Amino acid sequence: MTMMPDLLAYEFIRNAFLAALLSSVACGIIGTYVVVKKIGYISGGIAHTAFGGIGLGYYLGVNPLLGVIPFSLAAALAIGLLSKKAGIAEDTAIGAFWAAGMAIGVIFIGLTPGYAPNLFSYLFGNILTVPAADLWLILLLDLLIISVVWLFSKEFLAISFDEEYARVSGLKTTLLDLLLLCLIALTVVIMVRVVGIVMVIALLTLPAAVARSFSRTLQGMMALAVLLSLSFSVVGLWLSYLLDVASGATIILVASVVFLTLNLATVLVRSKGR
Amino acid sequence: MNRVIIECDRLGVELDGMKVLDNLSLSVYEGDFLGIVGPNGGGKTTLLRVILGLQKPTSGTVTVFGKSPGQAAERIGYVPQRLFFDREFPISVLDIVLMGRLSGKKLLQRYDRKDRMKALEAIELVGLSKLKDRRIGALSGGELQRALIARALAGAPELLLLDEPTASVDPEMKTTIYDLLEKLMQQLTIILVTHDTGMISSHVTRIACLNCSLDMHQAGSTLGRKTMDDLYHYPVDLVVHNEPSQQTPQPQ
Repeated sequence: MTMMPDLLAYEFIRNAFLAALLSSVACGIIGTYVVVKKIGYISGGIAHTAFGGIGLGYYLGVNPLLGVIPFSLAAALAIGLLSKKAGIAEDTAIGAFWAAGMAIGVIFIGLTPGYAPNLFSYLFGNILTVPAADLWLILLLDLLIISVVWLFSKEFLAISFDEEYARVSGLKTTLLDLLLLCLIALTVVIMVRVVGIVMVIALLTLPAAVARSFSRTLQGMMALAVLLSLSFSVVGLWLSYLLDVASGATIILVASVVFLTLNLATVLVRSKGR
Repeated sequence: MNRVIIECDRLGVELDGMKVLDNLSLSVYEGDFLGIVGPNGGGKTTLLRVILGLQKPTSGTVTVFGKSPGQAAERIGYVPQRLFFDREFPISVLDIVLMGRLSGKKLLQRYDRKDRMKALEAIELVGLSKLKDRRIGALSGGELQRALIARALAGAPELLLLDEPTASVDPEMKTTIYDLLEKLMQQLTIILVTHDTGMISSHVTRIACLNCSLDMHQAGSTLGRKTMDDLYHYPVDLVVHNEPSQQTPQPQ
């Protein structure tokens, strides 16, 4: 890692580290809820639906991230309400939005005259090209996510551990669930720049899943997940530089390798113990 | 006569077009320790869910503490079935028990010292003080069960509802749990749903046999000798044994 200090002289590298740090905060905190509530698939649905927003952003000629915000929030609310209130099977609702969002994105991009630059980076992320303006947006969303989670920590713990008990205790569990889905939607917005829509689900689940094995409390799991997510991003970024390959994909692969190795090791240790 | 705590009047519940409870009338009085037995699918858990306000009745009425279900959360402690919990969840015994204080808290209000004190008292009552910081995954089945009972007690309820608290718990732990309930019945009204027909008869003040499934035949043969006829004729029957001095509706 000796070349790290030299690398930090470049602004785009500094921005990349900032992006890794800021996105890891959201990812570790919200990813923890995604893992303990087992809603990874919903998160994937929200992320893919958001592609419609990117298409809309291109079509209107504005920052595509600004298109992602309404699309992912709408997807979160719609999937949540459809599966909770309308009696539609959750995976069906997710599948419908997942595909429809992608389709809307494709059509808008088709309607946009000329070539769509950077499209690839929204799909698969490019942490090296995060503009300073987006870093501010990410920071703002981070602060929003942290405040809401801090305010609702008791309620979110209750609906995650035992939703029925939370309801019996008089909590408005549907509203709280929707609020949590909206936080996931905002996390998706943050992650789009770093790992892209297609791979958001991995950074939302893998660091938290690894952290869970070593944590006694939900807060502990969040802190560890943030650290792990940051480590995966930095190591992935460094490897992608060394090997000259795509950064988003390398980050995901680092996370996946750690996750799989750890689980494989656990399985081996357990089977030896028997 | 003791105060009425729960009043079910010709209660009926249909789930997905299936009658789960039918024409059920029941009064529970202050100080009762009511055991509800019956086969799987007999509607035992559904009855608890109606009392808790989690399930709306299709017909009939229910009042709990004179209000409609769900309106008296602070006065009810609930112990759900232990087997549904995710043992990988990173949460300590104390954090689980603190949830018992939720119903007395406002949104955004944090747990304070009094909540912690009440939670620790409840943990001590069920004998888990040494394990209060232990993670849920490192507890035995019986220990988790007692943690869930502590959670229900932390809110200082007047009515305690337990759903199969002794399912897949070893016999020694069963005795511990029943001893605990015996202690609690001095101060609380208790409703216990169980399969444990042998064990409960020596502890509870009344037993209700509940069955709304089509295989009531088996239930009848194991539970109520005299009530076989009734069980054949009616999809739901509530049979009361060992009834002390209180009046309870009998199935016709």
